[in-house]
Formats: sequence, C-alpha cells, structure tokens
Amino acid sequence: MYRYNKMFQSIKLINEGCLMPFVTIGDPSIQTFYKIIDILVSAGINALELGIPFSDPLADGVIVQNANNRVLSQNITIKKCFTILKNIRQKYPTLPIGILVYANIIFNMGIEKFYEKCYKIDIDSVLIPDVPLEESNIFRKYAQKYNISEILICPPNANIAFIKKISKISTGFIYLIARSGVTGFIHQKNNPSIQIIKQIKQKTSTPILQGFGISTASQIKNSLLLGTNGVICGSIIINLIQKFQHNPEIMLKQIKNLTLKLKAATKMSIP
Amino acid sequence: MNLLNPYFGNFGGMYVPQILMPALQQLEKHFVESQNNKKFQNKLSYLLKNYAGRPTPLTLCKNITKNTNTKLYLKREDLLHGGAHKTNQVLAQALLAKKMCKNNIIAETGAGQHGIATAFACSLLNLKCRIYMGNKDIKRQEINVLKMKLMGATIIPVKSGSATLKDACNEALRDWSENYSDSHYMLGTAAGPHPYPIMVREFQKIIGIETKKQILYQEKKLPDKIIACVGGGSNAIGIFHDFIKDNVKLIGIEPGGTGMLQGQHGAPLQYGKTGIYFGMKSAMIQDKDGQIQQSHSISAGLDFPSVGPEHAWLHSIGRVKYYTISDQEALDAFINLCQSEGIIPALESAHAIAYALKIINQQPNKKQIIIVNLSGRGDKDIATIHNNIKNKRIKNVSI
Repeated sequence: MYRYNKMFQSIKLINEGCLMPFVTIGDPSIQTFYKIIDILVSAGINALELGIPFSDPLADGVIVQNANNRVLSQNITIKKCFTILKNIRQKYPTLPIGILVYANIIFNMGIEKFYEKCYKIDIDSVLIPDVPLEESNIFRKYAQKYNISEILICPPNANIAFIKKISKISTGFIYLIARSGVTGFIHQKNNPSIQIIKQIKQKTSTPILQGFGISTASQIKNSLLLGTNGVICGSIIINLIQKFQHNPEIMLKQIKNLTLKLKAATKMSIP
Repeated sequence: MNLLNPYFGNFGGMYVPQILMPALQQLEKHFVESQNNKKFQNKLSYLLKNYAGRPTPLTLCKNITKNTNTKLYLKREDLLHGGAHKTNQVLAQALLAKKMCKNNIIAETGAGQHGIATAFACSLLNLKCRIYMGNKDIKRQEINVLKMKLMGATIIPVKSGSATLKDACNEALRDWSENYSDSHYMLGTAAGPHPYPIMVREFQKIIGIETKKQILYQEKKLPDKIIACVGGGSNAIGIFHDFIKDNVKLIGIEPGGTGMLQGQHGAPLQYGKTGIYFGMKSAMIQDKDGQIQQSHSISAGLDFPSVGPEHAWLHSIGRVKYYTISDQEALDAFINLCQSEGIIPALESAHAIAYALKIINQQPNKKQIIIVNLSGRGDKDIATIHNNIKNKRIKNVSI
C-alpha cells in the first residue's frame, strides 16, 4: 500500500497524473510479456495493473477476453502467473503493482492462501471485478490481514450511500468508471461525473483513477481536469498486442509510442 | 440491502460487476412487490391459463411400465404453449419488465426453448427482444431459431469459447451491464445472481403445486418419487418445491454425456466442485486452477457447466439425490417413450425418463408411484435423433 501513497505523493509534487496500464499476464507469450513490461516502465508509467487470466471474464469486452483466451491456450497456469509476478516485482521493487483477478481463481485457491501469496511477492492491491461491495467482506478480511489494498469500483450509477461506503473501505485508489458496460475503447461518451468525483473527494483523500475506455490523450487531460488523479488504460494497449502478436518488434515499438503519448497527456497543470 | 436472503446455505449470492447491483436490487424490489400484488398475480394467472394453457395434464403411462408394479406419471410441461416449462416464468418476468418500464429484453438460450418462450412473451406484450445463442446451438436448433425470428426476435450468434449456452450467458450479462437502464435480462433458469434463483423458482413452482393436486386427486396419495432433469435446474426446482417438506424422494438427473472426464459431461453436482461464476456460488465444472470448463450433453438445454445454487444446497444437505444419465441412455429412453406412449420428449426430459425406467426395471415388482417432469417436447431434437439413427447409435429404428 505504501507504494501507492508514495507514488501519488511524488506525482502530485510535479503536477502529473498517474498512468496505470493494464495488461494480461503472459500475453501474448511469457517472453514477450516481460519485454512489454520493460517497455511500459521505460516509457514512464507510474503503476501497473496486471490481469490473471480467467476463462469467463464477464466484466471485460472482447479485446481483454481475447487476451485471456490467448494466455489460457498456451496453458499458462496460475502458478506460472505468480512466478511472472514475482520476477516483475524483483526487477521493479518500487513500482506499485496491482492485480485484477476474477473471484473463482481466488476462491479455488483458497481465499487466505491467495492473499498470502500476494503478500509474499509484495503485490500492492487486488481488484476483483465480479465481486461487488455487497459480497466483498470475506475477501477484505484477508486483504487487511496481509496488508494488501482492496480496490473497489465506483460505477456511474453509484449513489451517495455507496460512495460513503467505498470511501471508507477502498485503499490504494478508487477505480472510477464513467460509463456502463464492459472494458473496451469503442465508446465515445466517457466523461466521469463531476458530481461523483466531488462526492468521493468530500469523503476521502484516497486517489481516484478512471478506467474503462481510456484511449486518447484528450480523454486523459479531460479526466484530470475533472479532478481524477489519473487513468488506467488497458484495451488500447492490448489491442496492439493482439494486432502485432506475431511481430513483437513492431508491437513493442507501437506500445512504446502509445505509452509515451498517453504519459505526456498526464503532464499538465492540475488545478 | 437485500429484501430476501440471497443465499441457500453456502450457495447463491450476487457475484456481478458493481454496475449491475442497482439493476438486481430494482428487480428484487419489483419481484417482492409483485408477489403481494393482486393485480399482477391476476394478470399472470390469466395469461398462464388462457395463453400458456395451464394446468398441464398429469398423464399415466400404461404401456412403458407393462409387467411391472410401477405407476409412472408424466407431468406434461411439453403441452404448455411454446413446448416447454420455460413459458411459465417468462410470462411472469415479462410482466415484471413492464412494471419496471423496461421495454427491451435480453435473453440467452441453449436448446432454444427459453428463447422461444421469451420471443412469444415479448411478441404478446409488445417488448423488443434480442437473444444470445451459441453458434453451435444455432446449428443444432435450426427450427427453434426460425420460430424465434418469426416472433420478431433478434438472434445474436455467439462465437466465443465453446459457442454454447455458457458463452451466450456471458454475452447476455455483458449486454445487460451496458443497457440495464432500459433493458431487462430475462434469465432462463433458476441460476445466476440473486434474485434470479428465487424468482425463477417462485414462478416455476406452479408445476409442483398442480402436480400435488393432480396426484392426490388421481391416487389419493403422494408419489414415492419425483424425477426431473437438471441443467440450470428450473423445471426440477419447479416440480420439487412443493414436495420438499413431504415424504417424497426427489431425484435430479444431470447429463452424464459420454463419460466422467472433463468436457464429456454436464454434471457439476456429480463431478464438479463449488466455485463462483455467472453471478453465483454453486457447483461448477472447472479445472484445478478454477478455470470454468466446457460441458457436454447431447441435449443443448443441459449443456451448461454449472447449476442453480438451490440445487447445490439441496445436494449438500442430501434432501435431493442427484444422478447422471448418459447421452446413449437418454437416446434410448427417447425412442422408448415415442414407441410406447406416443409422446416425443425433449432430449432433456429423456434423461429423467431414462432414470425412471432404470429404477423401474431394476425392481419390476416394487409397488410404487413415480412422477417424471416432462419438461418439454422433443420436436426441436428431431434432427439430432435423425443423425443418431443414421449413425446407428439408435438401434431398432430404421429410416
């Protein structure tokens, strides 16, 4: 958790927003995946969100779903995912790393065992997209025991009672989504509600990151202007992995260019 | 805050993206209100009687049990409008959708029976509907697809994963998470996130209520056993519910497919383990990592890797016993019922009939009354049957 605090404090000092890319662990292959992480870090990202592949990612759109299928078709097991996470942590000891994982993967391993494993390899946060606040108690118990931030999603239909609750519980950051639906960058409308941002800020100082459908520099600038502390970009990067999966050299170049552009958009005067 | 308990023992719950919680809570609120709303109940009763054709008969099969002491009755949900029990709860959900001012319906279908029932209800009540269906199921249920289209439904083919019911369910939930504000997800079985398992059971329990009245009238006593097939489990929970507290053996039949290895069956209660998927905690077919696995059944309606959470609970406490019937046994029972009784059962229901015949033949002298829920009719399965006759999996029938 301390890595998030440190990162958000340091980027605030230089008037920047956070860029947190999301990629699926092992996509498109383990070897290329490590290179993708290196490229993202060298392009200046502030944190990483890594997805553990799941057969039925209900909260994700077709791009992330395909990434999950690519990884699973190579028989990359959960054990291998943890080894990959461990290696990334060792290489980047100060980078905040969160994982996104569907409930059944945790439940199947045993909830405590899962969080203990995350603790052992120094994971900063866990987000479970198919566990709403109402079902989150048992997961929170172990997240707290092992000092791992619990990331909760604040949807655009959130009411004040819900915002009050997640403001108390969510640590690390609050994952704000501005539109209904699943992940993907096809949608045009993607402005977060200024009212929801204000309501969260009245209740907590926990930073807000906007996710789902962020693909352009102007969206990032707009999000920061409305008061978020940064963005999470997934599908736009994974789309490049899908497109150039058979030509890693071009893929890495494209990912680097895109990340530099997205990161540049976070460097602005934040009111 | 829930109005009803979302759990059945350790099973059930609401494991969905946060964005769907208000839609589920809205549904729960309207469902609870409708249960005590005379106007709603009258409207539903009227439709069930005058549109769907309730009550359905309880038919005594005299030929198939010849030389045994068993009395075998079939609860004839195959005679319901639409050809399956699905129509019961679809009419109720369509009325709820109207009550919530949601004029768009999202549905998923495997065998096509739920799709057809949905398309009928939407046409009747002037609702727009889009139905997700796996590509594999579209091919094996061509006639049902045509029927849905005739009613004005839009069919959306699902090509991902196994291209069957599991993937259609995923896509329907994705659609709902985007369009919940004007669309109602008309889930087809007693599974998924709360309140669907309770709600679908309440709308299907009419099968058991009628059955109890009919058997008491015809036999002056309760049956010894009730048998129903279990995919998601709505026809089974529908006929079981009114007998749960009675001294009646309740038996659920899962599709055993072609074997007990993963990918060969659709029997999560027999061969799966507890997991979280499709909005609920229930029995799942999954690998050692927790990845949901593909199921198999000759019957598209049973080809699902999980089961409603109430069944998982009834299994865990031993109130209902669950067994499997293989594809081959179901095919044999299908032909047997056609040739003995002049009734073409759905391949789903043929699983329950197969088990009934199995236990009757094991103890032919045993005096007993068995009721099988004939959940649907088998016209939709004729192409599958035809192929199996050609491939000689069905003997003694020539074409």
